[in-house]
Amino acid sequence: MNSLAEFLHMGGYGSYVWSAYGIALVAMVLAIIVPLRQHTSLRQRLTRQLKRKKES
Amino acid sequence: MMRFIHQLASPPFFYRFSGKALPWLFGLFALFLIYGLYGGLVLAPADYQQGESYRIIYIHVPAAWMSLFIYMVMAISGAIGLIWRIKLAEVVAISSAPIGAMFTFLALVTGSIWGKPMWGTWWEWEARLTSELVLLFLYLGVIALYNAVEDKRIASRAVAILALVGVVNIPIIHYSVEWWNTLHQGPTVTKFDKPSIHLSMLLPLLSMAVAFKVYYGVGLLVRARNELLQRERNTGWVRELLHDE
Repeated sequence: MNSLAEFLHMGGYGSYVWSAYGIALVAMVLAIIVPLRQHTSLRQRLTRQLKRKKES
Repeated sequence: MMRFIHQLASPPFFYRFSGKALPWLFGLFALFLIYGLYGGLVLAPADYQQGESYRIIYIHVPAAWMSLFIYMVMAISGAIGLIWRIKLAEVVAISSAPIGAMFTFLALVTGSIWGKPMWGTWWEWEARLTSELVLLFLYLGVIALYNAVEDKRIASRAVAILALVGVVNIPIIHYSVEWWNTLHQGPTVTKFDKPSIHLSMLLPLLSMAVAFKVYYGVGLLVRARNELLQRERNTGWVRELLHDE
């Protein structure tokens, strides 16, 4: 591996290799981030419901 | 050990334990991922036939393995839920489906991107590719069926039966490259004699496979926690948990 440009070029297959890695990165990050966010909103919603029940 | 497994099946224990385990699992995933990527993209030499394009293997093959592995976990835990009515088994089954679908999608897409320069086509209706596409539809069917049924315990039983019927596709995918004359190359690593791949390429590949397995663990725990919280929202332990907030 002589230079960064050469590394990114991947012997002419750069666009194939990096698009494959890029799609994998995006899919794998989303598949964790989305349920983590749902967890936060779910807990907030359940807490609100619990408080409302207590008040009534 | 048995006691631990027994405890783990209880939703409040599982919720607390998984919360503590997640950061450690994520760290383990990062370690295997970093070695796998460095070894695969930098250290390993180019393939003598495919040049640098073969480096897609480091996501394609582990993703394809995971697509099969997660399906089996989903079907088996679905069966356990069906037979013994263990709530956590139902939750593990349905929480596995989106991650399995994601890996199946990745196996198909990275395979397609790899196929273009090597085979000259993005897609071919041959046995390996078609049966893997059927696997994606099975995952999507499981998710859709689960969402269509309001009562989640009934939904889990329906989903388990669908997943078990779909198991027939798993050996078809695995043996497709041997049973039919396919465009897809034969197995490289899982041959009973010597694997036909050099150690400098094999080690990063195995490291990526371990990383993806641990990633599945992380994703499974994250989703199972949501599912448990949702299902058990009216029980004492969830109320206690939320009480502190």
